[in-house]
Amino acid sequence: MQHQLLIGYADRKTFLNRLSGSTKLLSFIGLSIIGMMTYDTRYLIGIMLFSLVIFHFSKIRYREISFVVSVIVGFSVLNLVMVYVFAPHYGVSIYGTEHLLLGSNQHYFNLTTEQLFYEFNLLLKYTFAVPLALIFLMTTNPSEFAASLNKIGLSYRVSYSVAIALRYIPDVQSDYRTISLAQQARGFEISKKAKFMTRVRGGIQILLPLIFSSLDRIEIISQAMELRRFGKGKHRSWYMAQKFKAADYLTLLVVAVLIVIGIALFHVNGGRFWNPFK
Amino acid sequence: MQNKQSNSIRTVVATGIGAAVIFVLMKFVAIPTGIPNTQVNVAIGFLALLGAIFGPVAAGLAVFIGHALNDFVTYGSPWWTWVIVDGLIGVAFGLAKNRLKIDSGVLGKGKLIWFNIYQIIVNFVGWVLLAPTGDIIIYHEPASKVYVQGVTTWLVDSISVAVIGTILLVLYARTRTQHGSLTKER
Repeated sequence: MQHQLLIGYADRKTFLNRLSGSTKLLSFIGLSIIGMMTYDTRYLIGIMLFSLVIFHFSKIRYREISFVVSVIVGFSVLNLVMVYVFAPHYGVSIYGTEHLLLGSNQHYFNLTTEQLFYEFNLLLKYTFAVPLALIFLMTTNPSEFAASLNKIGLSYRVSYSVAIALRYIPDVQSDYRTISLAQQARGFEISKKAKFMTRVRGGIQILLPLIFSSLDRIEIISQAMELRRFGKGKHRSWYMAQKFKAADYLTLLVVAVLIVIGIALFHVNGGRFWNPFK
Repeated sequence: MQNKQSNSIRTVVATGIGAAVIFVLMKFVAIPTGIPNTQVNVAIGFLALLGAIFGPVAAGLAVFIGHALNDFVTYGSPWWTWVIVDGLIGVAFGLAKNRLKIDSGVLGKGKLIWFNIYQIIVNFVGWVLLAPTGDIIIYHEPASKVYVQGVTTWLVDSISVAVIGTILLVLYARTRTQHGSLTKER
């Protein structure tokens, strides 16, 4: 349970750490949106390689992320299997041709090159943003994150909510653990060994104290913030905010070029899919 | 009576803390249903309470932030269609605030039944109509797969709100002082 939470920020003294949070946030959002839209395999592989190279420079050790990576791989494989079970001919209907590898036309479960290719594209789409997300999470100071949200145009109240969420996640988590241990000491079984209904009931026994203490916390914090006159001004300055430097502009330029290439590929391919079977 | 100013601060804080609680609940109290990416979601029961107390803005934003952060650290990148649908459901739960009037401390059977019918419809619109359609348009996933995921989530989330959400609403209403509960001694 200890290493499940991955907001493993550390100052690793690389150029990625020195970039401002806003730059990294904009780059991540931009690349993940274009990657979400496109089904061009070449482009996805390109972005993937690009982000892996950057990942190499970020000096994040594999040990730090191995757990998350295994979860992501498991999740992707499950999804791919499910796509195959529910729609084994989906690739054929997208690409318009049929190259059989196994089975015959009559069978529901046959294997076509098109289906394999489509699922490979899906796999790329599930995973291509992972290195970028990990870089973003592990090189951006959580306190700076809220400042960068405000900088890219979000109202400072919403940014402050995000800051509060990030600040209180560890607290709520430790509350959760304490309550959970206390309830287990009283005999509530919530581990995998227990029956489903017992687990649900155990969950509710943890939930109630957790939620009611959180509601109290909301009152206390909002009173404290009101005493400090939060929300009186139109703007807010941030202690952790960073000024844009040359490196930031350069990064944004590179990302913009990548996005333009992605959009240009829509025109080249005449749609979102790149079809190598034509 | 609270003035407007302190209400807006309360909304900011409720959003933040609500997001933190939703994040923790999604991460630790998730019981898988057997279909990938769908689980018994305790967090959505809490969302019903959050909406009833703090209204649409706080509930919508809190679940949006909490869900996006959770996806971020679990799957590497947020699955935007579902995150947005969750946010909309939060807003819809928040709109029930004026009807439930939970702060008055009276929460009769009629209101609870109304709320449960309402939440089942909201969940249906969200998980069976919006989320799979978004998946098909934006992510181009096969329809049958996303509809199975959507229907499962609808059932599981509705049950979760019906059980956990209702319990939380009733218990919270009990902690409020009832309107007109004091009588003048003669």
